[in-house]
Amino acid sequence: MASSSPKYNSNSLESSSIKRIPKDGTKWEQNEEIPRLPGETSITDKEVIYVCPFNGAVKGRLYVTNYRLYLRSVELDPVVILDVPLGVIARIEKMGGASSRGENSYGLDITCKDMRNLRFALKQEGHSRRDIFEILTKYAFPQSHNLPFFAFVNEEKFAENGWMVYNPMPEYRRQGLPNEQWRVTFINEHYGLCDTYPSLLVVPYNATDDDLKKVSAFRSRNRIPVLSWIHPENQAVVMRSSQPLVGMSGKRNKDDERYLDIIRDANGQISKLTIYDARPSVNAVANKATGGGYEGDDAYPNAELFFLDIHNIHVMRESLKKLKDIVYPNVEESHWLSSLESTHWLEHIKLVLTGAIQVADKVSSGKSSVLVHCSDGWDRTAQLTSLAMLMLDSYYRTIVGFEVLVQKEWISFGHKFASRIGHGDKNHADADRSPIFLQFIDCVWQMSKQFPTAFEFNEQFLITILDHLYSCRFGTFLYNCESVREKEKVTERTLSLWSLINSEKAKHTNPFYTKELNRALYPVASMRHLELWVNYYIRWNPRIRQQQPNPVEQRYMELLALRDDYMRRLEELQITNNSKISNSSASSASPSQMMSHVQTHF
Amino acid sequence: MGGVNYVSRRRAALQPEESDEESWEELVPLPPSCPLAGTAAWSWGGREAPGAMLGKGAGGSGAKPAKPSFVSYVSPEEIHKKEPIEKEVNLHLLPGELLLCEANTVLKCVQEDGSNRGACGKLICTNFKIAFLGDESASDDNEPEFKNKIIGENDITLHCIDHIYGVYDEKKKSLSGQLKKYPEKLIIYCKDLRVFHFCLRYTKEEEVKRIVSGIVHHSQTPKLLKRLFLFSYATAAPTNTDIQNQTVMFDAIKDWREELERTKGNMKYKVLSANEAYKVSEKLPLYFVVPMSLSEESILQYQGRGIPIWCWSCHNGASLLKMSAFPKEQEDNTSQMHKIFLDGIYKTINKPPYEVLKTDDLSSSLPSLQDIQAAYIRFKQLFLIDNSTDFWDTDVKWFSLLESTNWLEIVRRCLKKAIEVAEYLEGQNTNVLLVEENASDLCCVISSLVQVMMDSHYRTKFGFQSLIQKEWVMGGHCFLDRCNHLRQNDKEEAPVFLLFLDCVWQLVQQYPPAFEFTETYLTVLSDSLYIPIFSTFFFNSQHQKDTNMSGEGHRAQSSHFRFLSVWDWSVQFESKAQVLLNNPLYVEKPKLDKSQRKTTRFKHQRQLSLPLTQTKTSPKRGFFREETDHFIKNILGKRISKLINSSDELHNNFTEFYDSWHCKPVDFHGLLLPHIDGPGIKVWAQRYLRWIPEAQLLGGGTVATATKILDMIEEVQSLQKKMDEKHSLTVPQGREALPMLRNSARLSSLFPFALLQRHSLKPVLPTSTWKDLEDEDDLAKRDDEFVDLSEVI
Repeated sequence: MASSSPKYNSNSLESSSIKRIPKDGTKWEQNEEIPRLPGETSITDKEVIYVCPFNGAVKGRLYVTNYRLYLRSVELDPVVILDVPLGVIARIEKMGGASSRGENSYGLDITCKDMRNLRFALKQEGHSRRDIFEILTKYAFPQSHNLPFFAFVNEEKFAENGWMVYNPMPEYRRQGLPNEQWRVTFINEHYGLCDTYPSLLVVPYNATDDDLKKVSAFRSRNRIPVLSWIHPENQAVVMRSSQPLVGMSGKRNKDDERYLDIIRDANGQISKLTIYDARPSVNAVANKATGGGYEGDDAYPNAELFFLDIHNIHVMRESLKKLKDIVYPNVEESHWLSSLESTHWLEHIKLVLTGAIQVADKVSSGKSSVLVHCSDGWDRTAQLTSLAMLMLDSYYRTIVGFEVLVQKEWISFGHKFASRIGHGDKNHADADRSPIFLQFIDCVWQMSKQFPTAFEFNEQFLITILDHLYSCRFGTFLYNCESVREKEKVTERTLSLWSLINSEKAKHTNPFYTKELNRALYPVASMRHLELWVNYYIRWNPRIRQQQPNPVEQRYMELLALRDDYMRRLEELQITNNSKISNSSASSASPSQMMSHVQTHF
Repeated sequence: MGGVNYVSRRRAALQPEESDEESWEELVPLPPSCPLAGTAAWSWGGREAPGAMLGKGAGGSGAKPAKPSFVSYVSPEEIHKKEPIEKEVNLHLLPGELLLCEANTVLKCVQEDGSNRGACGKLICTNFKIAFLGDESASDDNEPEFKNKIIGENDITLHCIDHIYGVYDEKKKSLSGQLKKYPEKLIIYCKDLRVFHFCLRYTKEEEVKRIVSGIVHHSQTPKLLKRLFLFSYATAAPTNTDIQNQTVMFDAIKDWREELERTKGNMKYKVLSANEAYKVSEKLPLYFVVPMSLSEESILQYQGRGIPIWCWSCHNGASLLKMSAFPKEQEDNTSQMHKIFLDGIYKTINKPPYEVLKTDDLSSSLPSLQDIQAAYIRFKQLFLIDNSTDFWDTDVKWFSLLESTNWLEIVRRCLKKAIEVAEYLEGQNTNVLLVEENASDLCCVISSLVQVMMDSHYRTKFGFQSLIQKEWVMGGHCFLDRCNHLRQNDKEEAPVFLLFLDCVWQLVQQYPPAFEFTETYLTVLSDSLYIPIFSTFFFNSQHQKDTNMSGEGHRAQSSHFRFLSVWDWSVQFESKAQVLLNNPLYVEKPKLDKSQRKTTRFKHQRQLSLPLTQTKTSPKRGFFREETDHFIKNILGKRISKLINSSDELHNNFTEFYDSWHCKPVDFHGLLLPHIDGPGIKVWAQRYLRWIPEAQLLGGGTVATATKILDMIEEVQSLQKKMDEKHSLTVPQGREALPMLRNSARLSSLFPFALLQRHSLKPVLPTSTWKDLEDEDDLAKRDDEFVDLSEVI
């Protein structure tokens, strides 16, 4: 049956990996062999048949805890293991009825948020399916059952405290703020100005808190234009906001108009302020019907507006759904390229990147400051500002820098993670769900693929982030905005994902990283360079999976180790030489031995 | 003005010799008038770049109306002043190369960041190449690290020209034959995918006529074999002393014997010298290998047709063979005789120890040469890009455009076929016989692919070169016809060798550490197809080469001229540049002495073979074997084409073999199977995108990591040296900073080919991003979240 032999276990969650364990390790009876996090408790276990799309039916035992679903095959050679955090589950369906005759046709079909489905066949007798269905439903969707997220019962300990990674004040200070043109305001300290914004905001020095209040009345959900990033040399800034409430009647707001002019003025340039509306123009126009809109020429003569044609959350959700159809369980055999094209997934990636390049280029040219918004300024806007910042500021290309970027542009500025991901919520068809953050990470991956030496983090880092975007093991991505997180005491009661990552940095580090300061990094947003992220989207397929670890990386690591070894030995030699002990012959043997296999071809 | 004088002097000196070349000027009558005067606008190629301007090297001739134009910021007066600079150019001619015609004040147009730059210079045509001599490259003291000594940046060999277009009033027309009208601009598409735009608006009418008709004539009209530059060069070049090269040429009987020994094929196969003086066939090489049991008579009977010829033996003894099929005969009698003959052959070789033989007729199981050619024509079109607008227009539908060419699908099918063959050899211990009309096209592709995948020797540089000698050069692949070097017959043209290189590239990109050579090596090898100073790719067969080398009635000294081989890379590249052909990731297979070999061989075999072959219940396999055997016996002699291609069994064997191999860690010195699923097959970006500025990543691409590895190797080496020094003389030294030899940060992803093509640091932005969401239209119109904001206020 499961004819393929084990080998890869490098996926961050080690899910669905097939491991070979020593034959004598048969004492898997109870709990002993099932990984457990501190705080994780066992709920139930059942005999099931795992209907693996790649290896066929696998008989095994399914364990359910308050954190994960874990399956171990009965057969030990090879052992098939599934290890799936319950947070990944989007939907649990019963398949087959009492009259089902076909083999393995009665059981559960579990749709996951990470591009796979799990099927378990169960015995028809004894309500086993009903029991497991109810338990899974309860623990996979705790929010729908008045249960806490696992993050709140997780008792893990880490060497690093990820909650310390981001603190807005030091980050703004790193950017040289506040300065003569920009000030820090605490007007939103108790989320009185805008309940989805962070408490600390950077605004033009020449705008009073009173001005801000007036402007907030004219911006959707009070998300006023605030500073995201300032160019260290030319002082041009990246601002973010939501759409102006222009409406059908074409309302104007003097305060908003004056406020944008202050922003334009702040970098000492006489040119217009550039506004990038992330939406297609049609949608921006259509938004007027519901009270929104965009900055018109008449009202804002000192601004120039461009539409970036990025589609809405529903289009992105459908696109990912189509992508899953062509890669799971089987990769579309014939017409792969046109199938891929018909999902539009990479086309959307291209548009997002193109928009971000435009924002970055405008700021970097120093000719004008930029304001980015979409409708509410928490989806496309977050994508654009964070990607532009990644292109402009090499700090964000480090591990900690990227954590700061996510923490700042996404988490603190109220990207609605809870709604977009649907953490612990059973309503799988919720129209609020959308893979906006995944799309952003994909864009980052595309950039790291195009510039393999420019990022301190590796692919694994990005995959780990995505895995814990769903897992609910950490508090990092829970809830929609800072005000709710504060109320739920997330930083006190849960752990940060960055604790995990920063405690094992080596695993997430790109060995090829070359530190480069102040260099704008522009990817090429052409289909000729954009690729499907196979190691993420098709990682469950053993046939497609690429070589892990990457041989190029491995070779480089070997060389690095060799170099370090030489350095160490040279230093040792230095010491021995200095202390005039000349019999160092013994230590010299080993490096030259090691050299023999590296010396081959240059 | 020295450069010009030099050139014209050279030309004068060469005049007498030129009589040897057919007088093309007589063949191409010059038209009475040249419709060039009048127009003032400088816009070329129909580009809409309002900011278009001439670069520093701009120049123009006073012969044209001196009117500034709307696209040029440089007035013709200014250009005129700069004229003297432009002439500081040197023309380097190879031995035997003759200057045929030239034109001055030609503008080479380059697009950069949406604006046009022009470099002014001289366009020349020789019997070897077209060259643009501008002052631009000369003034650039930043010498590229990777420079071809034969072909400069602005040189196009005549064989490398794919298509020539003339632009008349903004319209592009293909140029060939006799011209009645001369274009204001010349666009040259090259087989290595470069695109040149030469503006002739400022060139003297007389010179335009000469250069255009000269170029068209010398590159487009049919040629005689003896008129190839190859012969002029070989005659004029100093006799090359034999360069020590480890590439096995397979032109001597000992090469074949050693190959038989290396692969342990010598138990069952023998080298024949029956074809000495080409007595058997002009298609076959002087020496070839056949099954031991074949008699000499049967080989002579049909000039080598219907004879299984050995390619390679697997470690388990199973062998790969090829055979030229009999052409389809109308006459019953003849085909009956062929059938009887084949019956006899199969019976002879089907005796133990040649137990089982699987026959695969490649002409029915793979796409035809016409399909391959048609696919490639569509495919290359995607990369011959005139301007930025073109680039972004095609970008929107890039994947479906790629798919519609079918090229990648053909690559995939070849790789799949090679895996199938490998499965028979490795998984089933079965001999495989590839059959094709002349056994010199798809047979070459599949047999050499199988050998690259199964024999790590062929993944070394010399091994790979030897393989090309063995399967392609000696195997009688018609390079001359397939590349259409003589422009005699378009119908014979098909990029079969390129298809093979593309397949190998797929393997190289999937398994970087498995090959001693780099993708750059493959790219320059593909370019070498069009350089007529190497004989390697300029003959249809060994026989053709040999007969033309003895040169009846050629020049006096021709009796012992020698051709160069492409494998002597020092002809094209300095050793510094050759470094880029070697893969720093490759680690040589550890060498073992004889006593150890036995055990490792066993181990090696175990690594290669699959768990299936061990764990699978033997009865089933045995049953299958028997059945196949039986089947073969029944239909022997009937020209078995798809033996069991349709059976599920084949499919199952294939997937099992493929899947179980991919489930295990890769042994880079063992069997290598390519991923052939959709995402696995990619576009050979280095070859196809290297000249497109929009596709460049400054400081990115795989070159960035490769450079880091090279740097690290250098660092390790220097440390090692230091170590050695420390050991010899114990002078205490402080730790010095290690030399960083490269700066990977700003290398282009298309390095080493398009070094710094884009000078600007500005990002490239798509110009057409319009997209149609079709069925998702209703979704697209929706708002992110449905809240009526007008109510909120």
